[in-house]
Amino acid sequence: MTPQDTKPYRIGKAQLDLLAELTNANGVSGDESEVREMIRKKVTPLADEIKADAMGNLLVIKHARKTNALRVMVDAHMDEVGFMIVDQDGDGLFEFVQVGGGDERQFISKAVVVGKEKLPGVIGFKPIHLTPKNERDSKIPLDSLRIDLGPAGKDKARRGDFAAYATRFSRSGDTIFAKVLDDRLGCATLIELLRTAPAEIELLTSFSAQEEIGLRGAKVAAYDFEPQIVIAVDSTPAYDFPRPDGNQNTQYNCKIGSGPAIYLADRGTLSDPRLVRFISRTAEENGIPYQFRQPGGGGTNAGALHLTRSGIPAVSVSIPGRYAHTPIMMASVTDWQNTVSLLKNVLDNLSPAVLLEERP
Amino acid sequence: MKTLLKKLTETAAPSGYESAVREMIRSEIASLSKDIKVDSLGNLIVTLGKKTDQGLKVMIDAHMDEIGFMVSHVEKNGQVRFSNLGTLLPHYLAGSRVLFLNGVRGTVNFDRSDDQHKVPSLDKYFIDVGSVNDKDCTVAIGDVGIFDEPFVDLGNRVAAKALDNRSSCAVLIETMKRIRSTPHELVFVFSAQEETQTRGATTASYAIEPDLSITVDTTPSLDLLGVKMQVDLGKGPAIKLRDTGMLADPKVVAWMEKTAKNNKIPYQLEVLDIGTTNARAIQVSKSGMPSGVISIPCRYVHSPSEVIDMTDLQQTVELLTALLGEPILLS
Repeated sequence: MTPQDTKPYRIGKAQLDLLAELTNANGVSGDESEVREMIRKKVTPLADEIKADAMGNLLVIKHARKTNALRVMVDAHMDEVGFMIVDQDGDGLFEFVQVGGGDERQFISKAVVVGKEKLPGVIGFKPIHLTPKNERDSKIPLDSLRIDLGPAGKDKARRGDFAAYATRFSRSGDTIFAKVLDDRLGCATLIELLRTAPAEIELLTSFSAQEEIGLRGAKVAAYDFEPQIVIAVDSTPAYDFPRPDGNQNTQYNCKIGSGPAIYLADRGTLSDPRLVRFISRTAEENGIPYQFRQPGGGGTNAGALHLTRSGIPAVSVSIPGRYAHTPIMMASVTDWQNTVSLLKNVLDNLSPAVLLEERP
Repeated sequence: MKTLLKKLTETAAPSGYESAVREMIRSEIASLSKDIKVDSLGNLIVTLGKKTDQGLKVMIDAHMDEIGFMVSHVEKNGQVRFSNLGTLLPHYLAGSRVLFLNGVRGTVNFDRSDDQHKVPSLDKYFIDVGSVNDKDCTVAIGDVGIFDEPFVDLGNRVAAKALDNRSSCAVLIETMKRIRSTPHELVFVFSAQEETQTRGATTASYAIEPDLSITVDTTPSLDLLGVKMQVDLGKGPAIKLRDTGMLADPKVVAWMEKTAKNNKIPYQLEVLDIGTTNARAIQVSKSGMPSGVISIPCRYVHSPSEVIDMTDLQQTVELLTALLGEPILLS
């Protein structure tokens, strides 16, 4: 090891600028090209092979500097939840449907941009002045909402155009605010991992498409790569608040500031215990804080990845983030730094020995 | 077979953590085959025989995992919250005992609510492992456990946890011991993670690429969640017609019925409106294959004390042995 390698990893201005750029870009599921091309530019100097496949995944390989190296796939999804225009309904008013899992109650009064030209608009709704008391408690059905582009937007959007939230990146001390930290944080992490890819492993990175609508990109990416180990890097919701009724919050999923969240079990995957053990030990040996994400529902691309072909040992490591699938998320720079740091150490130390023993 | 069944059901092996039962099964069948593999999801794959001109590559599947608990949080007062591995039915939980794989034992109960007549949802349940606070708690997030119930001999019937699906594992083991000759390449799969969306069978069938598959699993007798089943204990193995995940190949059903009749083995026909088996994943693997399921009637499925009939079990072995010993002609 050179002294350079022993320096702890730091998130600096360059990394934060990269994240800002990635989160300000739009890539609603099925329409990932803007993000994909941005990432392609960033990884071109770092990678040996780059290709975009039919689903829109960007598959980036950094070869090992030895033969028969361990094939390790690291995945992060590029896509984000958003909307699709269905029909024009008046001057600059558009009906829409949602893409991916958003909470309808959170849609109203949000700023969006529509189509390739990024036309500014708003999911408009009746103001309080005109809303009688009895209406304020009722749910607002999606089909009563419109994206309003204003009169200038008349005929500017058409059926099939995508719309994304318009939020811009900002930062306050250790806290970052942005839309779609889920999962551009993962994308930025993968770029950092490519930068320092270890010589001993065949590093197969997939910037995957269509995660939010059913893990569709990852499924074919893993088929193509045929890895021996997969690690999905995602953002996982932190709901680490006290409960309003004063009882203990026993379902927080994970906590901001407590480090990378290692998955044990979710709706789609029972993480390979050998990889969970290896990653948590690597964290401990390097003094990197980590947490286990609470087992339960939810899921990552690992759900599709580990069932590919005859099966692949898999685990997810996520960066905690509040307010996922809304216009604005919140995460900690330190958590991100610890996640990149942990994964770098994991890649540096992974060897086939991890899989020598059978799965417990 | 009771002795084997007792050993199998008293082994702790929830979905994703099957190694204990895998080792137990491996030791039972080690002398029968030189071709024994474990894949990355933890499936145990055992091959018997060679495919002849008149033979097929047949996959015979029984899942070896059982439903279980995974710790999700320890409260300040030491109560352990958990997530489910597979389908834990809340109405079976209160008062049941749990054994964690690290040796810790506990008992399940739930937060009292105003409505005593309503079964609470799973998040209202906790495990009491005897700890007084979170610091002295002997389990932590990620620890896994199973129902802690001993095997009980009720005469011709038995009660145990995990008869779903260790009874089918016993059937496969017994069948493997009985088969003297076969024209087929028989690939027996003791599969992992069935209770969590039939995942083990998904990857095992991809690797094996069989010509035909038979899944052996338990099926609810009496009723489960209020859905009545016309499958009874003591009336023989059930040949599946359909469940919520698959339609059995009618030619496979006909072959199974004919073989049962020819061998004077009683059988029942099964239509299951709640739940499915590994066959749903195997049937559509790669370019697909004819698939069938033989079910062992089982009462109180997914409870800490499931009940089966030993004659049903014996007859399931007889049917499976008869099916695998001769050339298979589907028509």
